[in-house]
Parts: sequence; C-alpha cells; structure tokens
Amino acid sequence: MKRFLSIAVASAMVAAALTGCGSNPAGGTDAPAEGAENSAAENDGAAAESGEAGSAFRIGGIGPVTGAAAVYGQAVKNAAQLAVDEINAAGGINGVQIEFNFQDDEHDAEKAVNAYNTLKDWDMQVLLGTVTSTPCTAVVEKTHEDNLFQLTPSGSAVESIQYDNAFRVCFSDPNQGTASAQYIGEHGLATKVAVIYNSSDVYSSGIYQTFAAEAGNQGLEIVSAEAFTADSNTDFSVQLQKAKDAGAELVFLPIYYTEASIILGQADKMGYAPTFFGCDGLDGILAVEDFDTALAEGVMLLTPFAADAEDELTQKFVTAYKDAYGDIPNQFAADAYDGIYAIKAAIEQAGVTPDMSASDICDALKTSMTEISIDGLTGLGMTWGADGEPNKEPKAVKITNGAYAAM
Amino acid sequence: MSLLSYLINGISLGSVYAIIALGYTMVYGIAKMLNFAHGDVIMVGGYVVFVLASGMGLPPVLAVMISMVVCTVLGMAIERVAYKPLRMAASPLAVLITAIGVSYLLQNLALLLFGANTKSFTSVVTVPAVSLAEGQLMISGETIVTIAACIVIMVTLTLFIKKTKAGQAMLAVSEDKGAAQLMGINVNGTIALTFAIGSALAAVAGVLLCSTYPSLTPYTGAMPGIKAFVAAVFGGIGSIPGAMIGGILLGIIEILGKAYISSQMADAIVFAVLIVVLLVKPTGILGKEIQEKV
Repeated sequence: MKRFLSIAVASAMVAAALTGCGSNPAGGTDAPAEGAENSAAENDGAAAESGEAGSAFRIGGIGPVTGAAAVYGQAVKNAAQLAVDEINAAGGINGVQIEFNFQDDEHDAEKAVNAYNTLKDWDMQVLLGTVTSTPCTAVVEKTHEDNLFQLTPSGSAVESIQYDNAFRVCFSDPNQGTASAQYIGEHGLATKVAVIYNSSDVYSSGIYQTFAAEAGNQGLEIVSAEAFTADSNTDFSVQLQKAKDAGAELVFLPIYYTEASIILGQADKMGYAPTFFGCDGLDGILAVEDFDTALAEGVMLLTPFAADAEDELTQKFVTAYKDAYGDIPNQFAADAYDGIYAIKAAIEQAGVTPDMSASDICDALKTSMTEISIDGLTGLGMTWGADGEPNKEPKAVKITNGAYAAM
Repeated sequence: MSLLSYLINGISLGSVYAIIALGYTMVYGIAKMLNFAHGDVIMVGGYVVFVLASGMGLPPVLAVMISMVVCTVLGMAIERVAYKPLRMAASPLAVLITAIGVSYLLQNLALLLFGANTKSFTSVVTVPAVSLAEGQLMISGETIVTIAACIVIMVTLTLFIKKTKAGQAMLAVSEDKGAAQLMGINVNGTIALTFAIGSALAAVAGVLLCSTYPSLTPYTGAMPGIKAFVAAVFGGIGSIPGAMIGGILLGIIEILGKAYISSQMADAIVFAVLIVVLLVKPTGILGKEIQEKV
C-alpha cells in the first residue's frame, strides 16, 4: 500500500510537472494553439497543391500574450492581424497574400528564442517582433545569424536592433529618456523630479541614463533617483518616501505598468500625490485586472499614439480594432499596425517575391527600408535610417476619466 | 520623521515575513524537514481570497476564513501524500527534493488555472489609515492589521504550545521523536497538526502580503518564502519567538538598507547580514545549542 501510494504520487507529480512545462510555452491563451492550427492548415494546403510553397509572404510575430507584459503582446498580435487582413482583402502586396503567425514568449528571452525557432520551422521570411526589449535583444542575435529581416514594433533597447538587419517602429530608450526630459522641461511640468527605475531591466535603466543626462539641460533637478530589481518589485515605500522627503513635484517612472500600478497604490496610501510621468511601458496600466483606474488619474506618458486623436487614419484604425476585438487599442497596437504597413512598403519598394529565400529578402529590404516614407498612426512621414531608428515627432498623453487623452 | 516611517514599514514587512517564518520553523522543529512548498501555499491562499472576494463578491472576512480552511486542507494533503511516505522510507534529502517538487507543482497549477497575468489584489483590510504629525506620517490600515495579526498569532501560538495537550505533544515530538512515541504520543498526528497550523498561517500571511503589496501572480509566494526561510534561520530555526524576531529584524534591515545604503542592493544586504549572524552564532539568534554526546 505504501509503495503503491508513493508510486501514485510520483507519477502524479511527474504528470503535473510535464503538463505544467508543456503549458508554459503553449499555454494560457489560445494564441499559439491558433498559430499551430494555422501552420498545420498551411502545411496541408502546401501538400495538396504542390509548388505553392512560396506563394505568400510569411510574416512571423513574437511577443508576450501571457505573463507580466501580456497587454503588449496581445495588442501587437491583434493589430498586426488587423493590418494583415486589410492588406490581404485589398489584394495583398503586389498581388501576393500575407500569412501571419504569432507566437507567445511570455516576456522571456529564452522562450522568445524558442518561439523564433518554431517560426523558422514554419519558413518565416520576415519577423515582426519581438514586442519587449529583453527578448528582442536575444532574438536579434538569431536573426542576424540567419540574415532574416526583423522589424520590432516596440523593442526599444539600443541593443534590440544592433545589427543592420533590424529596424524598429518605436523610439529607442535613449530617445525616450531624452524626449521625456525635453517634454517635461518645455511644458514646465516640474523642476524637482524624482526617478524610480528598475536597475535589473535594460529598458528601464537605459531610459533613466539618458533622462538624467538631458535633465540638466532642461533645468530639471533630479532630487532622488532610486532603483529596484526584479526580485524586490513589490515594496516601493522607501523609494516613494525618499521622493516625498526630497520635495519632488514629479515622479518619473521609466518602468512597466505592473510595478507602476503598485507604486500608484502605495503613493495613494502614503498620501503622496505628485505628477507621475512615464514612457511607453506605462501603456496598459488601465487594463490590469481589478486595478482601480482612479489611481492612475492624471498620469502622463510619452507615447506616439492617442486613441482619441481626431485624424482620419487613427479613427478608422480605432473603429476597426474595436469592432474586431472589443477593446480600445494602445500604442503597441499602433506600432504593430504601422510595422506591417512599413514591411509592405519596403517589400513593394524592393520588389521582392515570396519565392526568394529569407536571406535574399533581408538583403533587399535592408536597403529599401531606408528609402520609404510612410504616413502611419504613430507619425506622419516616418522614415528610417540605416541604423534602424525611426524619425518622427514625440507626443504625450494624459490619463483622464480612466482613458488616454491626447495633450 | 522619515526614519520613523521607514521603521514602521520595516516592521510591517517584517511581520509578514514573521508569520510565514512561523510555518517554516514549526515544521522544521517538529518534522525536521524544510517545507519549501510553504511559500506557494501563501500564493494559493492569496488566489482563493482573490477568487472569492473579487470574483464572487463574498465578504472579505468570510473569504479569509474559507482561504484558511482551503490552505489547511492543502497543507495536510501535501504532508499526507508527498512527505509522510518518504519520511518513513527515505533519507531526509529525498523529502527536501520532494518539497521543491511540490513547490513547482503548485506554481504550475496556478499558472494553468489562473494564467500568468498579474492580478491587482483588492485589499481586504477596511481599517482606515492613521495620519500622524499633521499628515507627515501616514500609517496604512494594512500596516496596522499586519502588525496586530502578527502579535495575536505569536501570543496565541505560545499559549497553545505551553497550555494545551496538543501543544505539549508538539514540544515533546520536537525534543525526541522516539521517546515521544514511547510515551504514547501520536507522532504522525502531531506532525499533521503542525502542517495544518502552518498552512492556516500561510493563508493569513498570503492575504496580508497581497493586501499590502497588491499584485498577485503564480510566483507571488516564491521570494517572500525564501526571505521568510532566511528569517527563520536568522532567528534560530525551530524556535517560535526566534522566527518572530528574525522576521521583524529582516524586514527592518531590508527597508533601512534600501533607504540608507542602496535601494538596489537591499537583498544583498539582507543576505550579508544573515551570513554575519551565522558566522557569529551558527544556531541563529535564539537557536538552541545541541550538544552531541559521544
């Protein structure tokens, strides 16, 4: 009996551990399953009509559909799919359809590389991704090795596009830090500024460094700069207390929304109410489950996209996104939407065809990417330099009545 | 004024560590094993309250009670199914490895059931915040409740062990398992009771932890679990007042280290202090010297 029990327990644990592991990369949402179905269906199609292998452009996507940054990956996945469907409905790129396959990486570098390998097996020709900086920096090594064209909608670390095959839609971290300091200075939001940043995250510390460098030029005084790490990201009472004691009128938060939601709650409990200013990482804070959005009232963030902007392109996109997913799109969605159209423009400019190898396509797109100019959701007349950085105007939004409002 | 505020925050954080550390230290004292799954029982307690209070709208007090019952049952089940058979048959190392396995099992089950998305935990504490010195010093309701809960639990537990038969049995088992059995004490029953108490405390700790730091993920219990283990060793593992002192000291050191030395080195400072304490007093602050007789 005793032996039977222990065997039963051991096998139950092994089984559970296996399902646990299996569900990690596969799980949580139906996203990767969908991807798998798609690719399975494609394979069937290819088998049925032989010679059709290179009949469509295969664009892969990678991002966190589950995990701490899930809001971003979900937005990118949805908006990219929306753009792909629009392009396909309008006749495709030069008459060629696009196939899109999105894989989950849970905002984890190792899982992102696994997702990349899955997409390689699917014969991906162009990569839209990855969504977050740390995984992107890992994946760019692989795309560089394979010479595969990569456009990240929102990977903002400098290293995320350090090779000539990689481009991005969003601003880089240094640009965000500098632009934030300029925005605060030019609009006279504050003179005494405190910073709370994540020293274990390349995105956060990257922005902090350039912010600190530019702050002096803008007449801003950084009265307290406190860090935290991924292992101690629940208690911010000390960092907030220091900011309060130093008399900071504005707290700059170059961090992701999960920690920011805790910081806002703790500041409220302390009775400390400065202006909070963040970068694109704060986008998504209103979507945290059970989060009291009243806490985020008045928070400002530097972002290239506001869903309530009046222009025709934004309105058309927001309506289509709402119809398809029942949600108001954030800037990550806008970045991804622009990303797909940028890939389309670059492919048209270079005149590549889907039967070419990923490496040949990459060589052609590297050049054509610097020659195009597109009017997108995140900026008019966006152009790219050979270093992969976009040129466009920075903008900020403020959270008002539980929604992002243009300033 | 800010020093006072840091101290209060430190005591509040330390009280949560102390309640978790009690679970570690009792189990170690009596079963002589490290229950690494303890931190994850905390996470389960948090999720149960989250589902009941936020999801189904039950009153917070009822949700906490149910959560304690669920965790008690879970703790006893883990002991019965995973630890007891091995305790009888295999080396202490096997039980330790099993505990790590159970920890991963719980984390992955939570990942499967609730997904990896962070949940914003609505505080179950309704005590209002206290404002002292014209608003310069704010003590949140969560802090007050946490510290009060910590004191109540320590007093009750001490009385329970000193005054009741079951408590005396626990003391006897921790002293000498074989002799206790010969004296007619049900050793296995006593160990099961220890797990039950430890797990119920874990549920309380989970609720307090999530109310103070309102985010809930399948890994919520992992880091506080490790810190609480450090607290238990710090105070002298196996000793109940030791766990209390260790937990509160650890919380204060962590917060003051963050405030006056370096906010990103806080964890390193905590572990450095542990090493120093263990070098000076290897059994921890209140640990008993065990003399090996030859």
